[in-house]
Amino acid sequence: MTDAPIGETTSTQSARSVKNQMRKRMLSEFWFYFSENKGAVIGLWVFSALVIIALFAPIIAPHDPIIQDRSALLLPPVWQDGGSWSYLLGTDAVGRDMLSRLIYGARFSLFIGVVVVTIAVTGGVAIGLVAGYFRGIVDTIIMRIMDVILAFPSLLLALVLVAILGPGLINAMIAIAIVLQPHFVRLTRASVMSELNREYVISARVAGASPFYLMTKTILPNCLGPVTVQATLSFSSAILDAAALGFLGMGAQPPTPEWGTMLAEAREFILRAWWVVTFPGLAILITVLAINLMGDGLRDALDPKLKRS
Amino acid sequence: MFDELSARIADRRLMFNYVLKRILLLLPTFIGITIVSFGFVRVLPGDPVLLMAGERGLTDERYTALLKEFGYDRPIWEQYFEYLGNLLSGDLGNSLVTKKPVVEEFFTLFPATLELSFVAIFIAVCLGIPAGIIAASKRGSFIDQTLMGTALVGYSMPIFWWGLLLIIVFSGWLGWTPVSGRISLIYFFPQVTGFMLVDSLLSGQKGAFGSAVQHLILPSIVLATIPLAVIARQTRSAMLEVLGEDYVRTARAKGLSSFRVIGIHALRNAMIPVITVIGLSVGTLLAGAILTETIFSWPGIGKWMVDSIFRRDYPVVQSGLLLIAAVVMIVNLLVDMTYGLINPRICHD
Repeated sequence: MTDAPIGETTSTQSARSVKNQMRKRMLSEFWFYFSENKGAVIGLWVFSALVIIALFAPIIAPHDPIIQDRSALLLPPVWQDGGSWSYLLGTDAVGRDMLSRLIYGARFSLFIGVVVVTIAVTGGVAIGLVAGYFRGIVDTIIMRIMDVILAFPSLLLALVLVAILGPGLINAMIAIAIVLQPHFVRLTRASVMSELNREYVISARVAGASPFYLMTKTILPNCLGPVTVQATLSFSSAILDAAALGFLGMGAQPPTPEWGTMLAEAREFILRAWWVVTFPGLAILITVLAINLMGDGLRDALDPKLKRS
Repeated sequence: MFDELSARIADRRLMFNYVLKRILLLLPTFIGITIVSFGFVRVLPGDPVLLMAGERGLTDERYTALLKEFGYDRPIWEQYFEYLGNLLSGDLGNSLVTKKPVVEEFFTLFPATLELSFVAIFIAVCLGIPAGIIAASKRGSFIDQTLMGTALVGYSMPIFWWGLLLIIVFSGWLGWTPVSGRISLIYFFPQVTGFMLVDSLLSGQKGAFGSAVQHLILPSIVLATIPLAVIARQTRSAMLEVLGEDYVRTARAKGLSSFRVIGIHALRNAMIPVITVIGLSVGTLLAGAILTETIFSWPGIGKWMVDSIFRRDYPVVQSGLLLIAAVVMIVNLLVDMTYGLINPRICHD
């Protein structure tokens, strides 16, 4: 009598350890392919640095990003004539420290990326699962709605949505998430449809799994590869679009140190003070580039078709 | 002989069916777009009558009159069908600011955007395809890495910043190019085609064409940047895929020069996905035009839309949205049709 439970626990323990080992192997395989792509590793380093900068912005930044120093308007960077060591990258038109604003700006950009991608992925994957699993009229209606969203140039639709919701960072993020979300719907739907008739799904269905269980536990994990790659790409386009909206005056509002908004404020000084224009844009470019580099590495590591070639 | 003829007729029919199917598939999307543009004014915060009239301090009588005029007192589906009817007869309302019909404004400004987009896509194709081919044929080399690294930078570029940088360097420091507009104000000639490059040549005025080119060069570089990067990356990966195929190996084994193998055997098949990408970049171009035109004060539909949003010129925003989506749809249809011509297999699906 006492033997049976002991045997059972050892078997579940060994099953768990097999599972853990498999997970470890998958991770190390993933890392193997990811790290083969040098660009992806550089992207990962830069991105990690940005995350640290964003997290510790109040400690790293030498000045408050919003406080204006009336005695130091449009001060050039330290290496130029007239530059000052207390403002390493110079000041803007109202005497705010460029470096501190850029550092705080990292917070906004990463925050925008995380929020937008979370909304777009959750919404898109859920809708895509439903469309791909149930097919028929539900699928048709969903996909036609997605077609309509995709028929508009993304930035234009985001602009109009912000015009409806009112300018501001939160509304800009909602608008961008709505615009990006059809890509996830299409992607998830396509993978669900290709997985649906596989044997493992059929056997789970025969074993009595509910549609919800089938969708979320059986099929979804096998569709996550392409979704992850798309999420990385969307992360960078969310940052770009939010900066563009900020630049057009429809995103974050001044004096928020968001990079796109900073560019909009700097526009009238472009021929007088190159630094107020150059640095915020460079920050956007570096961030987006780092994420796209990582995205390329992820695709190499997660796309089995490319792996073998 | 007879068999060949009937086969050709069958092919035609297949192509015709394919095109018809594409058009029918667009219908629901188009209806969806009309619903979006119809609904736009109604979901805006505030009273639609006040929004559409653009007047302040209305008396009660005037308000009721306007309510009737706009038809807002009738049931919503009736309003929608009237809107659809107007749409099909070409009436898209008038701008609140200029009082001119929106359609008229659209077609005066559209050539400017079209010209900019044409030049941009021309630059992107002429540089992007060779870059992709070179990168693919020298896979893993320093050239490949440099080209693809540059392409990724281009792909990640915030183009509104890129435009400002080019202005700083080429207009500010070097003084080579003007900052805004389509042509220097000293030239004046009638619009024949709406394309400044063509019209300036037709006018016969000395220096007019040069001025048009000078104005066009920076905006088109900015607008070309992202499509260029996308085309280069797509060409490279399509070429790599094709270069691994058996018939390419056969061509090499036959002793054909690598120029013939790459340029003729591989390229033709690699172009199919590249053309799709070029077609798909129309949406990107129009989104890019919004930013590019704003930076360079280019009088096209992108700037028109942004200005109208800021001026709260809602009839323009509403109909502009519809017209732009219609343009994107038509271009996508044309791309699909080209696709069917290049790759007849697709018609059979």
